[in-house]
Amino acid sequence: MGKKSAKSRLSNEINAGSMADIAFLLLIFFLVTTTIDVDKGVLVKLPPWSDEEPDITKLNKRNVFSVLVNAQNQLLVRGEPTKVDDLKERTKEFIANPLKREDLSESPNKAIISLKNDRGTKYGTYLEVYNEVKAAYSELWDEECQRKYNQPYSDNLPLAIRKEIRSKFPLVISEAEPTNFGEE
Amino acid sequence: MSKFSDKGSKEPPKVSTASLPDIVFMLLFFFMVTTVLRDAELKVAVQLPFATELTKLEQKSLVHYLYVGKPTKKYQALYGTSPTLQLGDKISNINDIPIFIEKHKIKVNESQHGRITSSLRVDGNVTMGIVQDVKTKLRKSNQLRVNYSAKVKQQ
Repeated sequence: MGKKSAKSRLSNEINAGSMADIAFLLLIFFLVTTTIDVDKGVLVKLPPWSDEEPDITKLNKRNVFSVLVNAQNQLLVRGEPTKVDDLKERTKEFIANPLKREDLSESPNKAIISLKNDRGTKYGTYLEVYNEVKAAYSELWDEECQRKYNQPYSDNLPLAIRKEIRSKFPLVISEAEPTNFGEE
Repeated sequence: MSKFSDKGSKEPPKVSTASLPDIVFMLLFFFMVTTVLRDAELKVAVQLPFATELTKLEQKSLVHYLYVGKPTKKYQALYGTSPTLQLGDKISNINDIPIFIEKHKIKVNESQHGRITSSLRVDGNVTMGIVQDVKTKLRKSNQLRVNYSAKVKQQ
């Protein structure tokens, strides 16, 4: 220590050359640990718990769009086997009922989608069905918004407009207690 | 031109690397801010299903995660192979859900309790039985905002 001359101490500078290396090291650490994919999903509002099941049989039959899924992941829509790919179109037709058919919903705000599945149904299928129903509604909202305001329906629209459109086509999905035939 | 040519060295001037640390730091801060560190080690394998009607989960502090899937290879000796529920970083029972939710609620400001979301990260191949049990438990604990985690489906 004492050996060092005063002169050399004065000219001492901290070498900042390795700063970049340290920063790179940290950078690479964060690059590796980062998960860019943000959490996305289908947002659902569950009904509050009640001991009694909602009784959809009391409703007018033409207003109920029942979708049953069995343990083999097959769909039964209003009594006839259907593919998932056709579900959206059928749901849309049912809700809007453009031809005023007797067997489809009286009006969009009376339409109810009733889902029922089995405990053995694959979760992927269940979500697919749910997604199709939601997609049908969001397409209807979009069409309505295009017709009225000439712009696509999005969350950036004023709340009043969104509320108005949604109240015209209210999303009502009733989920019944699942059957238990095919659980592993 | 000849006015500015310097007569001395013929060597090209060196590129200054003095700003390199600044650039790297900038990148570093970007990644530090955007990074989401996994708070829990996954003990169950979750292969998310695909969907199109997706909502982004906004405030991370208002979200808690429930994982459902088959235990990974490492934990199969301990927990078996049938689908189970993972809360936080441990395999749990359905009956632990209310306590798990309460624990999360304590950390959140009371005015925002209504906006707490349960993110269900469920494997697409799991049967609905366990999912239904989880849903029923959530409904009974009055935790009604649920987000079924899914990946974007490419059309």
